[in-house]
Parts: sequence; structure tokens; C-alpha cells
Amino acid sequence: MMSNPVLKIEGLRKSFTANRRTVHALNGVSLVLHRSETLGIIGESGSGKSTLGRIAVGLDTPTAGELHIEGMRIDTLPPPVRREKLRQCQMIFQDPYSSLNPRLTVGRQIGEGLFARGERDWQAINMTVANLLERVGLKREFAERYPHEFSGGQRQRIAVARALAPNPQIVVADEPVSALDVSIQAQILDLLADLKKDGNLSYLFISHDMAVVARLCDRIAVMHRGRIVECGPVRAVIENPQHPYTRNLLDAVPRFGRRRTGQKPVPVRLPQHSDGDTFMTVAEGHTVLQSAGSL
Amino acid sequence: MSIPYLSVRDLSVSFLTGTGAFYAIDGISFDLARGEILALVGESGSGKSMTSLSIMKLLPTVAQMSGRIEIEGQDISAFGRRQMEDVRGARIGMIFQEPMTSLNPVLTIARQMTEGPMRHNGISRREALATAYTSLEDVGIPEPDRVLAQYPHQLSGGMRQRIMIAAALALRPGILIADEPTTALDVTVQSQVLDLLVDLKSRSGSGILLITHDIGVVAETADRVAVMRGGRILETGTVDEVLRSPQHDYTKALLASHLTVDKGLKQRDAEVEGARP
Repeated sequence: MMSNPVLKIEGLRKSFTANRRTVHALNGVSLVLHRSETLGIIGESGSGKSTLGRIAVGLDTPTAGELHIEGMRIDTLPPPVRREKLRQCQMIFQDPYSSLNPRLTVGRQIGEGLFARGERDWQAINMTVANLLERVGLKREFAERYPHEFSGGQRQRIAVARALAPNPQIVVADEPVSALDVSIQAQILDLLADLKKDGNLSYLFISHDMAVVARLCDRIAVMHRGRIVECGPVRAVIENPQHPYTRNLLDAVPRFGRRRTGQKPVPVRLPQHSDGDTFMTVAEGHTVLQSAGSL
Repeated sequence: MSIPYLSVRDLSVSFLTGTGAFYAIDGISFDLARGEILALVGESGSGKSMTSLSIMKLLPTVAQMSGRIEIEGQDISAFGRRQMEDVRGARIGMIFQEPMTSLNPVLTIARQMTEGPMRHNGISRREALATAYTSLEDVGIPEPDRVLAQYPHQLSGGMRQRIMIAAALALRPGILIADEPTTALDVTVQSQVLDLLVDLKSRSGSGILLITHDIGVVAETADRVAVMRGGRILETGTVDEVLRSPQHDYTKALLASHLTVDKGLKQRDAEVEGARP
């Protein structure tokens, strides 16, 4: 299982230039996603986690670095071939209100993924769409309806069905439950966990929410300022965090049985990273970035 | 017991729809004293934000409101626009979820922070600036001078929310309504803003009506909690009572669906175990 990762990212960098200022969103990110594994990418706004997800599905191109899907390097391929390969990676977005097209029936937008894959028989497509709707816990007849007829939770199920339509190996989910009420969140998380059980599906699960990541992920990678600062099995990282940033993040999560006293918090000095920083292995599969400017 | 600073009695808000009146708030009552944090907790559509808008009389004009809202024993429910202008800001402060939309993008922070005090306290711009400086220091902003000269877009989300809190508290209102004040913020920034709110509560003695969907936030900061659903308060009590021994089925369900890190790990483990042949 460990031999052949479905997704492998090596030294990924991405810079954006705006107003003559260059922002480095990713400063050399390397990771592997194994078959039928869920890898959580956790970080705060500006950490680069969404940029990483967008590059993994081909919505953005990296400034430098390598992207391998099922053992094949794809970032150097000509665009048409690359697009073909990237069909293996599908995405679920945070906001099911804006990620669905309001003017197309649900069936049509789920079916487009199949059409793009080369299926031309709409009867066959409709059959698959109905099956997909059932798989995500919706009724087959819903294919005829429009997005506005559904609640937020149902729309996110539709978005999941659409992502699954081209039969991808990898699903990148960027904050897929953040816009939902807690009771609905639980249902969508259960659904994502269920869908993985009967297949080869792997998730790259991007989130700011430690509890959600703990619920779903096998391994997690903590991102800070465009770098992965700590990576390992979910329980190991949460119960034995090594990097000061990971500790800071975990400590900030509200919890029962703790009261805020109202003392002025000591401002936390965040560690500085540089390209020369190396990873240290804490335990099997658990690595931490040795940031020179640590606390 | 002394009179509560804010007292809400049988408050209802309804909208006329094609099929009859829809009650967004359906007869709720609660009190808030100075120096305490009361959390209104509920999911979307529960009526928690409507409650804050009714207290501030910021409801859309088509809304029908009934019931009593008293501040220090004075009924403000019949107050007109002019009278409400003296209540808003000076007696009840308010901060919203998204500080970017509540700050004016084309005015400097200095300008926005001096407007209120100049109007309500009749002080000069120079005095108002001095107050603004101190208020910014109070909420832990390191270089108030620099921030005062800046525009909202030049500041981070956490800084903007601190500024909103500073601006609201500069008028020394008896209570502060905080509607999802940390929902749009990163968790480490949320942590700082929550510390700040609790700190300000104990220092300034203002009461805080904290509107949130996050039970974790309630557990750490609130003194009392009211659980809302469908425009009604289903259960109310001290944080310990409600979170440790919830009485209403909905509160129980809400607590059960609240995901913590520990619970998440356990659920995942159970699933991994179950999948093993």
C-alpha cells in the first residue's frame, strides 16, 4: 500500500504577484497521499492550504515543484494530456450555494462530468446520475430539480455526487462542512467516510477545524506560512504535537471544562521558517519541521 | 436582586407571508445584567440574530414586533428613530460577525472611531482621538497611532474585530451585543478575541449578549446560556447546568452533534475498527 501513492507532491512552490508585491503562498511543500487514505491539511487563513488543493486538481499551476498522479509526473505534460490525467482529481468546495450552477438541473451538472469523460449516451448518463444521487443519500428523481430547491446539506451532497461522477481516484475537499450547521456537518462527514469504505477513493481534506479533521483523517499535515510544519498519524499529531505552531493551534480550540479567565494573553511569537529548515522524525511517520526561529 | 440592565419580555417578530404570519421570534423573554455574559445559542434560522436586531431596532420595516424591551427599567420598544439613536452605541453597543462589512472602507480608523464619541458625548475631535487611542490600547493593539491612520483593508480580520470592539466600548455602553463575533476569524485569533471579551467584561462591567452557534465558545466564556430554536428559547440556565445536565431534547441533540477533537478521534477509531474484517 505504501509503495504506490496516488498523489505525490514534491517541492511545490507558488507565488502570486499583486500590486508589484510578490506573495509566496507555497514555499516548498512535499507530501504523499496513499490509496484509500484521507490526508488532512490543516491551517489558518493564508497558510497556503487552499492553494495547495487548487494545484492538486489543476485549477492553478505551480511556480515550481512536481505533481505526480499514480506514479506519473503530470506537471510537465502538454495541457490536453494533463487535463485527462487530472480528471482523476475532483474537488468539493466550501460553499454549496455558489459552487453549483443555479440554471442547470442537478442531473445535468452531475452528468457533465460523465460527458467530459467521453460518455455520449445521455440515457446511460442519466442512469449513472441517478445511481450517484442514491449513493450520496438523495432520491433518484432529484436529478430533475434545480439547486435552489435544496437545503445547504442536500446541496453539499449534490456537490459530492458531482465530484464522484468522473470516477476519480482523488477527491480534494476544501472546507466542505464549514458553511453547514453542526447537525448537518455530522451527516456530511459520515457520508464522506462511508463513500471511502467501498472503493479506492483517497481524500485530500482541507480544513481549519481540528475536530473535523480528527473525525475523518488518517494522517494530517499542519500548514503554516506556505509550509508543512508537522505531519503524521492524526492521533499522534493531536496527542503529541511537536511544533510550537501545532501546539498553539490545538490550544486555541474551544473546549468544555476550560474557562477563559480574561487575563491578557501573552502574544505568541510565531516561528519563522526558512528554506534550509529540515524535518525531524519524531516517531514512525510523524515528522516535524525544525524551524530555526522557534519559540 | 437589582434590576437587570436589559430585560426582554414576550418579544415576537413576525413577517407577513403569502400563507399567513411567519414568526421569526415567538415570545421570548430574558434578562441580562451588567458584568455577565449571556449566550444565545442556536443553529441557523433559530432567531438568535433576529433577537439582536430587534433589541437594536434594526429590523427590516416589514417586520412586525411586539413585546417589551427595557433598559434599566425604561421601556424602549416604542422608541422612535431619534430616541433610538441615543440608545444605539451609548447604551447598547454592537459588534457583528464580519468586521469588514461593518467598517466603512473609505474612512480611516481614526475618523470612524471618533464619530460616535463626538456625537454621543459632545466632545471635541482632539478629545475623541485621545479616547480612541486609549480604547485601542485597551483591546491590545500595539501601535494605536499607526492603526488610527489606516483604512480597514490594510488590517487583518483579527485587528478589524478588535477595532470594532474598541469602538463599541469607547462609548461605555451598559451592554454589548456580539453577534457571532469570532465566526469569521481563525481559531488562534478567535482565542485572543474571546480572551479580550472576557477581560473587558470584568474590567468595564458591561454585560455581553453573545450570539453564537458554537457550544465550545459558550462553554469557555458565557455565564448563562439560552438555547434557541424556531424563534423560541427552549432552555435557559447557567452554563454548568445547561451543558452538564441539559433538560430539553433539542439541547441534548445539539450537545451530541457538537464535535470536539476528542470525540472526532473516537468516532474515527470506531469506524476504523468497524471496517477491519
